[in-house]
Amino acid sequence: MTIEDTRTSEAGAATGSRHAGAAAPGRRTVLPALSSGARHPTRPEVRRNLASIGRDDVLRVLGAAAAGIATTSWLFTQIVAFDGALPFVLISYVLFLGYFVVLISFDDNRVTIIDRVANVIIHSLAVVLILALIVVVVFTVIRGSEALFHFNFWTQDLSTAGPLDPLTTGGMLHAAIGTLIMIAFALTFSIPLGLLCAVFLSEFPGKFSRLVRTVVEAMTALPSIICGLFIYATYVLMFGLDRSGFAASLAITIMILPIIIRSADVVLRLVPGTLKEASLGLGAGQWRTIWNVVLPTSRSGLMTAIILGTARGIGETSPVLLTAGYTTYINMNPFTGPMVSLPFATFTLVKSPEPSQIARGFGAAAVLMVLVFLLFLIARLIGGRGPGQLSRRARRRVAAASIRDAQRYTQRSAVGNPSAGGTASHGGGHSPESLQQTGSGHK
Amino acid sequence: MSQNDTIQRSAATGDRSRYADDGSLDDALTGLGVDADPSASGGPGASGNGAGNGVGGSGNGSGSTPAKPAADTEKRRNPATARGWQDVLFRSLARSAGAVVLGIMGLVGLFLVVRGSEAIGSAGPSFLTEQSWEPNSGTFGIAAVLFGTVTIALIAIVVAIPLALGSATYISEYAPRNIKGFLTGIVDLMAAIPSVVYGLWGVFWLEANVLPVSQWISTFFGWIPIFAVEDFDANNPLATPTVFTASALLAGLVVAMMVAPIASSIMREVFSQAPLGEREGALALGSTKWGMIRSVVYPFGTGGIIGGTMLGLGRALGETIAVYLVISPVFIIQPNILATGTNSISALVALRYGEASPFELSALMAAGLVLFIITMIVNFGASIIISRSRSGASSEA
Repeated sequence: MTIEDTRTSEAGAATGSRHAGAAAPGRRTVLPALSSGARHPTRPEVRRNLASIGRDDVLRVLGAAAAGIATTSWLFTQIVAFDGALPFVLISYVLFLGYFVVLISFDDNRVTIIDRVANVIIHSLAVVLILALIVVVVFTVIRGSEALFHFNFWTQDLSTAGPLDPLTTGGMLHAAIGTLIMIAFALTFSIPLGLLCAVFLSEFPGKFSRLVRTVVEAMTALPSIICGLFIYATYVLMFGLDRSGFAASLAITIMILPIIIRSADVVLRLVPGTLKEASLGLGAGQWRTIWNVVLPTSRSGLMTAIILGTARGIGETSPVLLTAGYTTYINMNPFTGPMVSLPFATFTLVKSPEPSQIARGFGAAAVLMVLVFLLFLIARLIGGRGPGQLSRRARRRVAAASIRDAQRYTQRSAVGNPSAGGTASHGGGHSPESLQQTGSGHK
Repeated sequence: MSQNDTIQRSAATGDRSRYADDGSLDDALTGLGVDADPSASGGPGASGNGAGNGVGGSGNGSGSTPAKPAADTEKRRNPATARGWQDVLFRSLARSAGAVVLGIMGLVGLFLVVRGSEAIGSAGPSFLTEQSWEPNSGTFGIAAVLFGTVTIALIAIVVAIPLALGSATYISEYAPRNIKGFLTGIVDLMAAIPSVVYGLWGVFWLEANVLPVSQWISTFFGWIPIFAVEDFDANNPLATPTVFTASALLAGLVVAMMVAPIASSIMREVFSQAPLGEREGALALGSTKWGMIRSVVYPFGTGGIIGGTMLGLGRALGETIAVYLVISPVFIIQPNILATGTNSISALVALRYGEASPFELSALMAAGLVLFIITMIVNFGASIIISRSRSGASSEA
């Protein structure tokens, strides 16, 4: 009844819908209908279309844009002698908004104008951000392609190429190898430590883990240069060891450890409590529960955490800057002698005034960026799912496992020896199914 | 307590031998008010948690349990206290991992404090007020670099937040469903691009494009103090725009590009959690789409907006390489954001660590400590705001 009345009242009101809602409990139909009828005696209510974009909208935007650009070019050529692409764009955008408001106000009321303008502004902000990304990526790749298309760029180091040599000699192999060695060492430290610590934070709540979590959160704020400075002051100056790839990987470890712990902790906390309780209820211990239920459930999220940490680790320059030292040779030994990474090489090369050095720097940056993209793509592919959602392959695996189990059960009941299954199923528990099996094995 | 109820005794028999001699189990169960030996009190489920025991109890009732003597080793396990040796090992391993991480992180913080205090102690309060940086002659302070750091970060935030807010709103509210995931990926990807790439972009592309804008702002808005540039005469047609190179504005714009995606992804996360019922309610009451966003999505996501902004600010304060590549370092407080020359703490460290004497290194540590404390405060503030807000209860940051 109430809804119907409100509807009828709205049918007469172009702008009075809010009044209708407010007045609904008291005098439902009379008041709004009267007031709106007084405002728009002739115009019937048109249903507001929230979804689609009509021909009018497109024409308005185009018209306003054309007018804005035209006015700006007139301003730039006739009124103020001025150049530069960015001021042109900014001024024409402001003018475009102005014309746009005027155009809409011919047809629509204030509420609609605000809606349309907000719509346009939000669209353009999003476009600006994505355009900026495209400019960054395309600019780097184009400037880098100069060096990238020389085969030697991929197969040589810079030891034979001086700053004045053309791009046909020398390459970035040493930096690529250095990056791989550093990140490999950093990951061997940070993955086990980080994941174990994240499991500790999410599975063993208590005072101590709260303290650890607080400190880890504080450390995500640690500027990366401080990690480098710390390792430089301890490893290099205090212990008197060489600057080396190993020192750099220690600095990278300190930097990415809190990142990995924090995002892994978030993922682990998303594992449904009912799954854990089911596992515990079936008689598994805490270790079995974590190994067989918690970790498999959140595997994709954990992989994402690791890969994002890796992407951050290989891209960061400042920890390496202070701890690795610069070299132009391939150095396979991470413990002695300087070692250089791709971002560090980029950083050093572009500070040179020589165009060929700068081109090499851009080449290294482009390679680095492609590497990050690839890592990111992998992270998206395996990490897009929430805990418990399986890929097609994983689903097939689970199905096959349960078919196997069913076959074993039928075999066992055919043999008729129920106590043998209980002990046999105990050893090889590597999947959630084995838990069910432990539970039902004693029936 | 709910875990207690879900224990099924039939399952416990499988591990019975492992826990049989765990004497503490009985005590713990009694402490929890659970009868440790249900078979003594007349069968499963007799002691208070009958409903929870339903499934397990029926399985057992037909089995052998009630027939067994009261001294049987089968007991209800409490998962909080019952452990096999794997559990004990794992627990201690996890605990020690936590301790190691705590140790490393604590060591970094402690080391900064200890080494930095040497320089702070020798400089005294002038460490915060002195502009020049000559630690070896005894006059040094972080006033200039701190000012530069904060200026760059503020410019970055002012530019980045509208971009982040707009793109987050677009992705969560306006974007067609089929490109939403793609755009989300793009924004996250932007956050993963190495800072040195942004630095290159700033030096080789943005600088040339920003110079005319700087010149324009300085010509028309030079009367506002922060836009004034001393060496620039707007009436001189031959004035070179080189007085605008390597400015705080440029560094701020580069950092803004790095900060915007971080803030954007947090905001998007929060916006997309805005309750559907309230959205539909607003639309059903006749609101336009923007009206719905303004009255439902933004109020709901206020915590996310503020938190994302502060996280971005934390990142902007600590950014090193992009800033280092773009700026030309000066050691005076430079309030004119368009003029050449600015500085930041992290760029200072990167610039001076190499030829630093032990004392200067201590001074750099002290500067780093100040930076660390500021970013930490900002980050903690962000996470507190996010977690206290209505939308933040389940959000990740």
